[in-house]
Amino acid sequence: MIIALAGNQNCGKTTLFNALTGSNQHVGNFPGVTVEQKSGEIRGVKNYSVVDLPGIYSIRPYSSEEIVSRDFILDGKPDGIINIVDATNIERNLYLTLQLLELHIPMVLALNMMDEVRSNGGTIDVKMMSEKLGIPVVPISAVKGEGVSELVNRIVSVTKDKVYPTIMDFCPVGAVHRCIHAVAHLIEDHAQRAGVSARFCATKLIEGDDSFAHRLELDQNELELLDHSVLEMEHDTGFDRNEALADMRYTFINGVVDASVVKCHESKGQHRSVMIDKVLTGKYTAFPVFIGVMFLTFWLTFNVIGSTLADWLSLGIDWLTKLVDSGLTAYGINPVVHSLIIDGIFSGVGSVLSFLPLIVTLFFFLSILEDTGYMARVAFIMDRLLRKIGLSGRSFVPMIIGFGCSVPAIMSTRTLASDSDRKMTILLTPYMSCSAKIPIYAVFSAAFFPKYQAFVMIGLYLFGIALAIIVALVMKTTAFRGSPVPFVMELPNYRLPSPKTVFLLLWQKAKDFLQRAFTIIFIATIIIWFLQTFDTKLNVVTDSADSLLAIIGHYISAVLKPIGFADWRVATALISGFIAKEAVVSTLSVLLNTSTAALGSALSGMFTPLSAISFLVFTLLYTPCVAAVATIKKELNSGIGTVGVVIMQCVIAWLAAFAVYQIGGLLT
Amino acid sequence: MTLDQLSVGKSATIKSVGGEGPLRLHFLDMGLTPRISVSMRKIAPMGDPIEICVRGYELTLRVSDAKNIELEVGGSEQ
Repeated sequence: MIIALAGNQNCGKTTLFNALTGSNQHVGNFPGVTVEQKSGEIRGVKNYSVVDLPGIYSIRPYSSEEIVSRDFILDGKPDGIINIVDATNIERNLYLTLQLLELHIPMVLALNMMDEVRSNGGTIDVKMMSEKLGIPVVPISAVKGEGVSELVNRIVSVTKDKVYPTIMDFCPVGAVHRCIHAVAHLIEDHAQRAGVSARFCATKLIEGDDSFAHRLELDQNELELLDHSVLEMEHDTGFDRNEALADMRYTFINGVVDASVVKCHESKGQHRSVMIDKVLTGKYTAFPVFIGVMFLTFWLTFNVIGSTLADWLSLGIDWLTKLVDSGLTAYGINPVVHSLIIDGIFSGVGSVLSFLPLIVTLFFFLSILEDTGYMARVAFIMDRLLRKIGLSGRSFVPMIIGFGCSVPAIMSTRTLASDSDRKMTILLTPYMSCSAKIPIYAVFSAAFFPKYQAFVMIGLYLFGIALAIIVALVMKTTAFRGSPVPFVMELPNYRLPSPKTVFLLLWQKAKDFLQRAFTIIFIATIIIWFLQTFDTKLNVVTDSADSLLAIIGHYISAVLKPIGFADWRVATALISGFIAKEAVVSTLSVLLNTSTAALGSALSGMFTPLSAISFLVFTLLYTPCVAAVATIKKELNSGIGTVGVVIMQCVIAWLAAFAVYQIGGLLT
Repeated sequence: MTLDQLSVGKSATIKSVGGEGPLRLHFLDMGLTPRISVSMRKIAPMGDPIEICVRGYELTLRVSDAKNIELEVGGSEQ
């Protein structure tokens, strides 16, 4: 049996999903889009899996979230639906419920946050609501796990016994009623053939969703009859088609709410949120608080907790590497295999693995900020800035995180509301210079601009941001042209996050990252090792200048000539920067045969100040490390798209460096 | 008067909901329908977007979008 879990955003859907399935979840994407699909087995019952649909307010064909939800419900043929609603915000939540009821699929309503309603002095007559809606209603508290087993029993019984919703008519006798029934009658045979509810299709057709005309294969005559019915209704009600249906649904909901809900005046949660918002979105306090929160998050992640954990982890990896190293030496294994294991796998995967603590710590803070409702406020205060480049306020946070590390930044685009915002943010985030590039900037600026080191560093960061803005403006008018998804967003009440949800999220992100570290990153490190170790005749090289990597470096250095650094060692360092940006500096010092400390003076022989600037610009902009690229691939859900992104990044980097080098050459 | 002109703390009744395509549908879905009372909660620090209260919850929308929502004039503002 397949159960669809549907509900609005911010109604506790993820928490309920976690309570239903435990850690037994599969996370993937819906086909072709960057919308996350989570599914899992319901605990304690056999053969029941639940699919977590994206949070939506209505079944519409506009955002990709709405489309995948609609397609899953219509084509995925779920055996039952759990519709979770926020009991503290019942009116708007029931709007989706009415559309789901029309689907004529066994359904149970999970009335979430009932504990909050009660503590605010409100009550809901569950029996009455169930009667009015024609489906079982189960009060639950997903955070506390209350009512979840009752919910499971109910969904099992309605799906086993095929108990369909008893009410599908939300219209009082009148023009709207006539129209819906006429259309439903008109398309009944088509709907039966397509295996979908005629009633559902009828309202969607009246609302003007043309995809249903295709789905049901309506002919010209039927379309004209449909139009005629709708026009008649519009004439009789004085509303247009969409207004009429929205009004019908909300009028019905008001009837349900009046009969079954005793609201309290203003809930404690709302009152608390208003007080907190006075500071967090206040005219003078909003930005200082935001900067403070981001600073604290970064400081704790990159300086205190995350970096300490990372240090411990790399100590562990070093220890293990030494142990395996001496073990292999004692065993007397073939030196090439030895080098593969130690220099290739251990050092490559190890360097990427050391990101893991940073990612987990960063996500710990981010998920708290998200679950408490603060991220929605960040979107609220930042929207004005980002709208100019075609994004909405929500994209701000992933970009800020990009200054720390692109990997969690790109992973965090999951929380963005629209598919196109998400794609655009993924493409722009790598321009926020990540912290792994700092060693490169430090070495070069110390060697060539000792007096202006800080100036050069800040200049690079600003240059990255400026380029992101230009790229965004170009994308806005080309690839992402068209009407954007409107920014109409709910500001949820502040709530304490559920530890279980936070923990499960961290576990998933860690698992995700480890999976990539041992698949795509593992392979990439072996390839680089292979190129470093062998020459064209597959002999092990003694001098790194003979290796395959150096030969490739020679070829690439020809491409790099117009931008000022035609040295194969530099090219090779850039290639190894693909594994991790820190490796650029370490590779250069290996190839130049100096210590990292003396690298500066060795470099001054190879670069002029101008070509050094050009090199810095190139490293700022060219493709991010393999871990970030693997993340981009995962989130974009497209291999070809990712290759395109990498090529685009390299081309832009080359063009920018070329402009800097050539224009600089004219000036000096 | 349109929704964006409502001052903070005041409420009024929606007369009509305009706008094109997805934007308008989104308004209607979110419960911004004619004859419903809305109140202005706050304005973002940079003057845009705005936050309103409708049907008992808080909704954020941009000033340019809010211009599509016409309010009843005269006496209805409290």
